[in-house]
Amino acid sequence: MEILQYGFMQRALMAGVLISITCGVIGTYVVVRRMVFISGGISHSSFGGIGLGYLLGIDPVLGAMLFAIGSALGIGAISKRTRLPEDTAIGILWAVGMALGIIFIGLSPGFAPDLFGYLFGNILSVSFSDLIIMVVLTVLILVVVTLLFKEFLSLSFDEEFAKVSGVPAGWLYFILIVLIALSVVILIRAVGIILLIALLTIPAAISRQFVSSLKKMMLLSILLSMVFVISGLWLSYVLDVASGATIILFSGIMFLASLGLSRWRRRRVSITAS
Amino acid sequence: MSNGGVNMATEEVVRLENVWVRFDGEAILEGIDLSVYQNDFLGVIGPNGGGKTTLLKVVLGLIRPSQGKVTVLGSTPEKGRKLVGYVPQYSLFDRDFPVAVWDVVLMGRVGQAGRFRRYSEEDKKASINALQTVGMLDFKERQIGLLSGGQQQRVFIARALVSEPKLLLLDEPTASVDAPMMREFYELLNRLKQRMAIVLVTHDLSAVSIYVDTVGCLNRKLFYHHSKEISAEDVEAAYQCPIELIAHGVPHRVLGKHD
Repeated sequence: MEILQYGFMQRALMAGVLISITCGVIGTYVVVRRMVFISGGISHSSFGGIGLGYLLGIDPVLGAMLFAIGSALGIGAISKRTRLPEDTAIGILWAVGMALGIIFIGLSPGFAPDLFGYLFGNILSVSFSDLIIMVVLTVLILVVVTLLFKEFLSLSFDEEFAKVSGVPAGWLYFILIVLIALSVVILIRAVGIILLIALLTIPAAISRQFVSSLKKMMLLSILLSMVFVISGLWLSYVLDVASGATIILFSGIMFLASLGLSRWRRRRVSITAS
Repeated sequence: MSNGGVNMATEEVVRLENVWVRFDGEAILEGIDLSVYQNDFLGVIGPNGGGKTTLLKVVLGLIRPSQGKVTVLGSTPEKGRKLVGYVPQYSLFDRDFPVAVWDVVLMGRVGQAGRFRRYSEEDKKASINALQTVGMLDFKERQIGLLSGGQQQRVFIARALVSEPKLLLLDEPTASVDAPMMREFYELLNRLKQRMAIVLVTHDLSAVSIYVDTVGCLNRKLFYHHSKEISAEDVEAAYQCPIELIAHGVPHRVLGKHD
């Protein structure tokens, strides 16, 4: 336990708790509303913002936030206001954002330190100022979700019925994708823009098989994320391999195990019922 | 059961005047004129793709007509739909969605409850009443996907009733209900029609013809005379096939006498 004495390890664990809250809450909406591809688009296009950060000499995470929110609003506007299919819009923004990032980095003087960390994550390099950004965004997400919980539930379950009962579906959809964009920003430092989509979906996808309400799904997902992040972190330390990738691989293995478990459980239930 | 008697003096809940809906230049609804009154129990039959769901969505303000005027409870559809209960087509929901019956029914109160608020005691009371009306109160903790098709349909009716609507719209409500439950289902609607106007659309002629008070026939154009009798010509025009093919299994009193 002596590794806990290091400041970078304490910050990594705090970051782990914060990203777990995000993955549990927003990941639940991403999974039940089938917004995985949108989330992938938002996270990859935020690479443009990382590049812009290097070019302008500002914190790349702030650049990523700008691009993530911009592409979230762009995808929302294109899919709600035009007749272009949503997945086409996502695919275009996905690649254009990454291309911009490459060009910006190419134009930046010198070389880009830590670039690999933004792509694949490095939870051990989370700084104090990163933590502050993460805390602020997590609180913001929790406040919005608490205030709009019943509206988001209604919208996720049956959008058309929600509209008829007086829920402003269009606005709430924009709010939800902006929350996804903020989650991307929270996750970038820990698991990187390429891998974060897995951590946003795996805990929620596992929980969904075992719970009967959205609230329970969020709580179980938060718990699972914490287990995955801390186990992955520990494994990466022991094996001396990259932390982000280890967390994702460990989550993926747990997802496979959960599929087996839920099949076994269902079979047992049907045997008891007959 | 009502004998299909119609009281024209009652309040008009829906009025469509020369309503046209076009998608990509193709007409889905052509010049629909329709009045639904307070005590009506109207069944709209017609072939698949004949515009039945579109008609309901026009009344709900989900689809804006290309032409014509829609009045719902004396107002625009967007305002009037606060007092409209809607039971959408069954096939459209995700059975694995982690939500209990109780929370599904409360969704019907999301408009009344007010933004940024939790559901009030009044909302909860209304949900208990609605679940009692459809006989599903005992299942309120159950996950929606674990119920049978007929039970799920009754929960969706409770969700529509919980806002205490003056008009209930049902889209193919019996698609998921097995034959033995059908009778019980229509008897539930019969009880509800004391409290509200009901419009249901379906391609299932036989069931509708027994229980509803008035019948309309829709295939882009609407054939409706505010009565239970529709002429053989209307049905033929709507279905665009000889009457013998359609009338099979349909009780005689639906179709007007030929002789």
